[in-house]
Amino acid sequence: MGLAACTLPVWRAAPAQVAPPWVTQEVAPGIHIREGVDEDVSASNDDAIANIGFVIGRDAVAVMDPGGSLHDGRRLRASIRQATPLPIRYVLLSHVHPDHVFGAGAFSADHPVYVGHAGLPRALSLRWEYYRTRTEAILGKDTVGAPVLPTLLVRDHAQIDLGGRVLELTAHGIAHTDSDLSAFDRQTGTLMAADLLFVRRVPSLDGSLKGWLQELAKLKSSAAKRAVPGHGPTSVDWPLGCRDLERYLGVLLRETRAAIAQGRDIDAAVKTVGLSERRRWALFDDYNGHNVIQAFKEVEWE
Amino acid sequence: MGVTRTCLLALVMSTLGVLGQSRAAPADDSEAIMHAHAAQDAAERVARWKDLQHAIFGTRALKDGAGVIQIEAPEHALDAALVPITLTMKSATPIKGLYLVIDNNPSPVASHFTFGPRADPRSLKLRVRVNQYTFIHAVAETADGGLFVSQQFVKTSGGCSAPVGADNAQALKDMGLMKLHLLGTFTPGKPLQAQLMIRHPNFNGMQMDQITRNYTPARFIRTIDATYDGSAVFHLDSDISLSTDPVITFGFVPDKQGTMQLVVRDSDNALFNHSFDVPAG
Repeated sequence: MGLAACTLPVWRAAPAQVAPPWVTQEVAPGIHIREGVDEDVSASNDDAIANIGFVIGRDAVAVMDPGGSLHDGRRLRASIRQATPLPIRYVLLSHVHPDHVFGAGAFSADHPVYVGHAGLPRALSLRWEYYRTRTEAILGKDTVGAPVLPTLLVRDHAQIDLGGRVLELTAHGIAHTDSDLSAFDRQTGTLMAADLLFVRRVPSLDGSLKGWLQELAKLKSSAAKRAVPGHGPTSVDWPLGCRDLERYLGVLLRETRAAIAQGRDIDAAVKTVGLSERRRWALFDDYNGHNVIQAFKEVEWE
Repeated sequence: MGVTRTCLLALVMSTLGVLGQSRAAPADDSEAIMHAHAAQDAAERVARWKDLQHAIFGTRALKDGAGVIQIEAPEHALDAALVPITLTMKSATPIKGLYLVIDNNPSPVASHFTFGPRADPRSLKLRVRVNQYTFIHAVAETADGGLFVSQQFVKTSGGCSAPVGADNAQALKDMGLMKLHLLGTFTPGKPLQAQLMIRHPNFNGMQMDQITRNYTPARFIRTIDATYDGSAVFHLDSDISLSTDPVITFGFVPDKQGTMQLVVRDSDNALFNHSFDVPAG
């Protein structure tokens, strides 16, 4: 960590042009997604661990999550510039977590409208600095930048028009976090679910387990035929692609309830709940115990 | 989505933690406690505990707690804002009190229990916040004034300045709600374990809104009194280190069917009062 802190800022200070474009996949016409790695933030991955991307309309571009660091965001911007000269008019911030929003500052020169859940400004205000300190301890100084708050707030539903292409935005009830926003492109039947959908990488629970299951049930009945997960492959069939997530959350709820009914303590529950899921997910050991604690706190008050 | 991992990896003390340390320590803590800095190596940790020991117990001697008091905590806490602690006590001389000290927390004395005649002090469980890598010390005090200490090292960081979670809104809304679960079968005269749950955000005053630069005002539980048919089970002097929605598992000896009464007072002097039938009606 010491080495990183000493050496990284030197090349971080280099101009934005040196950020090479990410490889993206066009999961549907005009929707380009960069696949994040199934890792936690480290000096070697620039916090490029989430699926991020952009949607190109006739007149403008919308970014669906600017990435996990300024560098991650700059590389996404380079990908956009490679694909189209159209202005970047919107940057969607899907929720409060750093791997999705810390690239926001990379787009400030584009003067986009930053879009988020109505609860996002408060969530970011409370957490940005906390997350920044921790992320910069790993990536180096000035890799995150000052807080970027959304200016277009979505309370329930909203639409943004990219010219002949309307993205339907939904602000969800408390689920993965208390600031989850999804975007639906009706034209291609593509749901950009961000972290409401984890595939392959173990979900992390930072909102409400029961709330997440409820929001997932609603999303399953949407007209989408494919979805872009916040982590995992760039695209999955919908609603088939949420099968693993739904099963995991169901196991978490059922087994946590059972542990509480049996009078088991939270520390005992952490060691047993969800273990049948262990070999099905990347990073299971890093997150499952924390998820059990969150689930336990919620369920013990039922 | 590296939230938890980030917390675990961050060895450095957070800026918020430092700010919080200077502003959130309650006035009744000694200067020694307030100004002792984060210990970075074993020697400093030992010195830190010496300072604390002196501040809390003065010149009284502390004996090795092996066989008297045992502390169990996760070596690596999964959630710094909710670290489960189990304390087990065994002594020929009755135990009258227990101190739980989280050395490197801004306000280290997390809990001081005083046991009453209806207590069964052999086992206690609670959940605490842990702000950084730290020793946790548990000190049992026997009726004859003996002090016995055990310790465990816990690795985690950020528990005190950790941002408020979504659950805190609920905690504030339902503040003062309580549940009591009896863990086991009621038999008159036989010890029984009970789990007390209290809805309370236990805001420690260290969560800052970075944009407005305002802190969520501290509001935390100061005391809990548990009595059984008017006879004391325990009195707890508590502090900012208890987790949101505190859960405390304790033992008591119900001589007959009766009523467990809980009186909780917080830092705003709000009183929360609940009674529970034993056995549950």
